[in-house]
Amino acid sequence: MTLDLPVIFAILMGTAIFAYVVLDGYDLGVGMLLPAAESREQDVMVSSIGPFWDANETWLVLGIGLLLVAFPAAHGIVLTALYLPVVAMLIGLMLRGVAFEFRMKAEGWHRELWNWLFWFGSFLASLAQGLMLGSYITGFESGVGYFLFALVVAGGVCGGYVLLGATWLIWRTEGALQKKAIGWTRWGLLWVALGVALVSLGTPLASETVRAKWFDLPRMLPLMLLPLASAAAWLWIWRLTRRLRKGEAVPDWSPFSGAVAIYLVAFTGLAYSLFPFVVMDRMTIWEAAAHPSSLKVVLIGALIVLPFIVGYTIYSYWVFRGKASAKLYE
Amino acid sequence: MEASDTLLLARAQFGLNIAFHILFPSITIALAWILVYFRAQYARTGEAAWLETYKLWTKIFALTFALGVVSGITMSFQFGTNWPGFMNTVGNIAGPLLAFEVLTAFFLEATFLGVMLFGMNRVPGWAHLGSTVMVAVGTSLSAFWILALNSWMQTPTGHTYADGQIIAADWWQVIFNPSFPYRLTHMMLASGLTAAFVVAGLSAWRLLKAGTDAAARRTLRSGVVLAAVLAPLQAVVGDLHGLNTLEHQPAKIAAMEAIWKTDKGVPLVLFAIPNEQERRNDYAIEIPKGASLVLKHSPDAELLGLDAFGPDIPPVAPVFFFFRLMVGMGMLMIALSWLGAWMTRGTAAAPRWLLWAFAGFTFSGWIATLSGWMVTEIGRQPWLVTGVLRTADAVGPVTGAQLGASLTGYLITYGLMLLAYMVVLTHLAGKGSSPPSYPSTALREGAAA
Repeated sequence: MTLDLPVIFAILMGTAIFAYVVLDGYDLGVGMLLPAAESREQDVMVSSIGPFWDANETWLVLGIGLLLVAFPAAHGIVLTALYLPVVAMLIGLMLRGVAFEFRMKAEGWHRELWNWLFWFGSFLASLAQGLMLGSYITGFESGVGYFLFALVVAGGVCGGYVLLGATWLIWRTEGALQKKAIGWTRWGLLWVALGVALVSLGTPLASETVRAKWFDLPRMLPLMLLPLASAAAWLWIWRLTRRLRKGEAVPDWSPFSGAVAIYLVAFTGLAYSLFPFVVMDRMTIWEAAAHPSSLKVVLIGALIVLPFIVGYTIYSYWVFRGKASAKLYE
Repeated sequence: MEASDTLLLARAQFGLNIAFHILFPSITIALAWILVYFRAQYARTGEAAWLETYKLWTKIFALTFALGVVSGITMSFQFGTNWPGFMNTVGNIAGPLLAFEVLTAFFLEATFLGVMLFGMNRVPGWAHLGSTVMVAVGTSLSAFWILALNSWMQTPTGHTYADGQIIAADWWQVIFNPSFPYRLTHMMLASGLTAAFVVAGLSAWRLLKAGTDAAARRTLRSGVVLAAVLAPLQAVVGDLHGLNTLEHQPAKIAAMEAIWKTDKGVPLVLFAIPNEQERRNDYAIEIPKGASLVLKHSPDAELLGLDAFGPDIPPVAPVFFFFRLMVGMGMLMIALSWLGAWMTRGTAAAPRWLLWAFAGFTFSGWIATLSGWMVTEIGRQPWLVTGVLRTADAVGPVTGAQLGASLTGYLITYGLMLLAYMVVLTHLAGKGSSPPSYPSTALREGAAA
């Protein structure tokens, strides 16, 4: 039996990017929510992501690394076409990453400055990622219409990250801050609903390939399960927030898992829209694939190492289970 | 925009980024192992002073590591944005090496860093020590893979051509290519020295600010002794690395020593201004037959000059001057570390002028390390991968205007981060480790309670 290596690597890369979006998504979301909280709450919020953000960001390096390793021909095209948003994202991630460290060591107005840079970096990175996604879906078409479409996608991505961040805070905090996080979750949900609706309407308009794939009758019926699942998860979180507000006993991790479910569905839909293209309408994964010899060696390495990565990641989340406190270093 | 301008901007931008990036790993690779030492000493003795030392230096490590991570992520993108030709040509070699770095090193260090920084009261002592070791293993593994790739670009072996692509014929030869063992050792020692001088320098700064501080006296001594051991070792390894370069990249050596003509009994140029137009040295101060003696261990041996390599030679002046800067810095580091080791022996307290000298030399490792990288990277030009790919053939279609705009953005961001980094480091060291980590938070909580 021969393995279809490009397909395996497309799945691996998709998994890494999905892991990145969910994991860094919640900490970027927490970063964007920072100005909405009081100073003491901000310390708790940052503490809740402290042990994780570094490893979360590593999934981006893995995703981009797999693009580079497995689809080198596409890597150059994609990153060249997305040059400016990539730079903006990188500067955002840099500011966010160092602000995290600097704000803990600073006092007075320095601390305030780093708080704002933390927020700005998180927002810039999220916005840039949304612009990249919007431009990627349409195969890097340029023009005002396409740019507006990318902006809408960017808004949706920011809203999605806020939802992840807010539900993360419901899970990891308590008291007044958790109450605020419930309110933020509702805002996030509304924002996501608007974003998903606009993107779902806009994508078939912006891309003929996507339209053909989704609105084809026999296939359309099972495909409609995806938006239905997404709507169900949305309603579930909305109801959970209502019960939380009433003070009913609800597992504190459930809204976050609902948000992850929405992402999973959206991501599946996106993967279906794109496959088998790695550069929309221009280059398939087979055309872009690296030489089988180098794919094999990476695959063997990945299969050996990935279980360890998953193992110690679980260990880390187990060590830092429970509610966060402001005293991170204690 | 001319193609050559785009090439220059692409190189300037990548050079700026990689130079900024290497500052931080050059500290963290070795500092991670120094932390293991501090943590193990605390586990062994149970002394509060070791715990304080460990906590202070984990904070400095975390900050340095964060800067390394964020600038490193930028690099993983710039391979594609600035040098698409690199991945198109040698992606089958470079890709797997980079993938192994991510898989074996990045996740390991990033995940266990969380446990190391924030988990001390959440995991048993052995697990915390183990996490500190894992972070150190991760940083060293990262150095292993990236230096394997860089060394392969300098002295490529183990590859072959198949289906119009360059692929690996023998991964062992790709990884353990001729210059790799020397470069890896040279860089690990460079990191050891850089970290040793940071530890000694910041401890000296603390002693200058706080007067007597038992923990700072001890870390000063640790840093000074480590530097005194590693600095002469580095001189020997550097020499061996140079001989290896003479064998595999003679044009680089000719540029380092500014030897223009192939000759016997070549003098060692101590100082000169290389004149690239006339292909000779102006104002040269030379030791007769010195270069032949140093490089071939025979005063009348023949050395290849730059004339032996046709047009494929690197720019001579930067290679020549950065080499002298690196060696000069190394000499000063040997002298200062030996003097310091002698003067702080036993229970002797270091005089203030010595403390000032070490404080001034806190970042001396950066100057030596950066100069060394300038020599080896500029010395490889015009090749990106020696004999395989020219730098000019790897540059992408990104326009000069885009490069210029992003270069400005990077410059501002890096300048801000570097400034903040150095201020925070001296601030952390100056105020000492005894007060609580978060005076402001602790006060607010006290007020709330």
